[in-house]
Amino acid sequence: MKFVFDEFKEGMAIAFAAIRANKMRSVLTTLGIVIGIVSVTLMGTAIEGLNRAFNKSIAALGTDVLYVQKWPWGDHGDDWWKLKNRKDIRIQQSKDLEKNSEYAKAINPATAAIRNVKYGQKLVENVVVVGTGAYLLETSGSTVAFGRFFTQLEAEGGRPVCAIGSEVAANLFPNENPIGKVIKIGGYAFRVLGVFDKQGSFLGLESLDNRVYVPINRFFQEFMSFRSGIQIMVKAKSVETLDDTKEEVRGILRKSRGLNPKDEDDFAINQQEMLVQTFNQIGGVIAMVGLFITGMSLFVGGIGIMNIMFVSVTERTKEIGIRKAIGAPRRTILLQFLMESAALCLIGGIIGIIIAFPLSLIIDTVLPTAMPLSVVAIALLVSVFVGVLSGFLPAYRASRLNPVDALRYE
Amino acid sequence: MSTIIKFTNIAKIYQVGEEQVHALDGVSMQIQKNEYVAIMGPSGSGKSTMMNIVGCLDTPTSGLYELNGTNVSDMNDNQLAKVRNKEIGFVFQTFNLLARSDVLHNVELPLIYGGVGSAERKKLARAAIERVGLTDRIHHKPNELSGGQRQRVSIARALVTQPSILLADEPTGNLDTKTGDEIMMLFDILHKEGNTIILVTHEDDIALHAHRRIRLRDGKMEVDEPIKNRKIITRPTTVIA
Repeated sequence: MKFVFDEFKEGMAIAFAAIRANKMRSVLTTLGIVIGIVSVTLMGTAIEGLNRAFNKSIAALGTDVLYVQKWPWGDHGDDWWKLKNRKDIRIQQSKDLEKNSEYAKAINPATAAIRNVKYGQKLVENVVVVGTGAYLLETSGSTVAFGRFFTQLEAEGGRPVCAIGSEVAANLFPNENPIGKVIKIGGYAFRVLGVFDKQGSFLGLESLDNRVYVPINRFFQEFMSFRSGIQIMVKAKSVETLDDTKEEVRGILRKSRGLNPKDEDDFAINQQEMLVQTFNQIGGVIAMVGLFITGMSLFVGGIGIMNIMFVSVTERTKEIGIRKAIGAPRRTILLQFLMESAALCLIGGIIGIIIAFPLSLIIDTVLPTAMPLSVVAIALLVSVFVGVLSGFLPAYRASRLNPVDALRYE
Repeated sequence: MSTIIKFTNIAKIYQVGEEQVHALDGVSMQIQKNEYVAIMGPSGSGKSTMMNIVGCLDTPTSGLYELNGTNVSDMNDNQLAKVRNKEIGFVFQTFNLLARSDVLHNVELPLIYGGVGSAERKKLARAAIERVGLTDRIHHKPNELSGGQRQRVSIARALVTQPSILLADEPTGNLDTKTGDEIMMLFDILHKEGNTIILVTHEDDIALHAHRRIRLRDGKMEVDEPIKNRKIITRPTTVIA
């Protein structure tokens, strides 16, 4: 054991002496690894950002919530026309669910339109107006920052009240308390009851804060006929009973929509899991392709290391001969050159991470992310691995040198 | 006296293109402990090949080589490396020191490969360096030393493992006469202290330091005789401790 340690120490000393002795060459060779590690870690950071953005968005959907909609989530494939010709989901179906469902904890119908919103002289254009039942907070991840959401009574009665998103609130009421104020949504007056917490955007596309929420019954009066399509959110009592809830919802809906036993479902019951699956597929492909392409640059860096190690072995043939003559076994020579190339690559890896870190902060401003510690650890491991791999052939050749020939080499 | 080296019908054949070259052609001989042998011969006589085989840097094509009673003629690379480390101390014409390492580390090196612990190693290396009178140069690099000093470092490196044989290949070949004499006197002293020395040289003058002369020609032993008129350097040189 002691022997191995001394040999390791000797190998380390030789490796660093060799790197020091050829500074320029070492720097240039290492550059390949540096570039490789920078691109791989940045790719890893970007992928992490993508995942984070997705997970943050998807969390709003809730794992225990079913979305009854006309369209299924994900790829529609060849069924597009068939799906398009389905009847819309109607408010009646929501009422049937409320009446008959035993597994559901909360049921909330919702639909949306786009209108301008005004308060005094201030105008916010293209706000998403969501018509919803009273159980929005239960079925979605949204929370109210101050004020309150409308009650069951206000919802049923279709009162002209609303709760507004944080962005709308900030634009209409920069210096005022919005609670109790009356705003104009598409020309109709609504009294503000509450303001939502900031939620960010869904999949980085649509802001969830540029919204106003009104009772769905009022929505049908002012913005859209009650015959138009809606979606229904059904929250299960727990994640464990989600499948039972789904079956129950399916039965109630089939009956409510007057389907014969032989007919296929003419509605979709969507859940978060479906989006996660789709994302994992797409995200997985993006990650693989991205890491493969950036990995190529690391591979090229590895070839550079191998090349220079061959040069190093040739240059030091005499030294290898001397070491062998005084009793260095093959293993020691092998180790010496492996450590040299591993050290070169490790230095490259460390420099790469030092360069990549500030660059990841720049990425962070566009796509919220952080360089994951796992990526740092993997990058260092990979660079050592690349070093050992590309150093192996030259080191093996060195270890097999015949001492007589090596000593004679000038 | 015990036998250290025993050659039985050793042959070494090199394939050079189509031709087979018999570098050694059936050499048998023995060298006893504490002998001082000069191996001589013109170039192409097989003396380098003989030295390589004696020094376990190479293996014979046929024949039996016993070193300290162990058959080393069929050993593999790693076994030979171990034998070289423990049994052979090399002194080369071109010194063959590691240019980037200081004197101490150069002398330590065989002990590192021999698995000697750090403290013990330093102690032995310092003793060997003192033995050749270079204690004040211990942290110098080889390129800061004169030729004679370099050769003494290489002798210290050869001595440090207390090997069975000191194998010197033209040790004065790169030195001027005066420095060469100093080195040869060091060998004389080492021999008196009980070391077995094999000297490979083509200079008669140098060979006269030895007690026995083996002369090779065309891969065969031509002469194996004791040396009558030995050269003794009477003027002691001050640098030798």
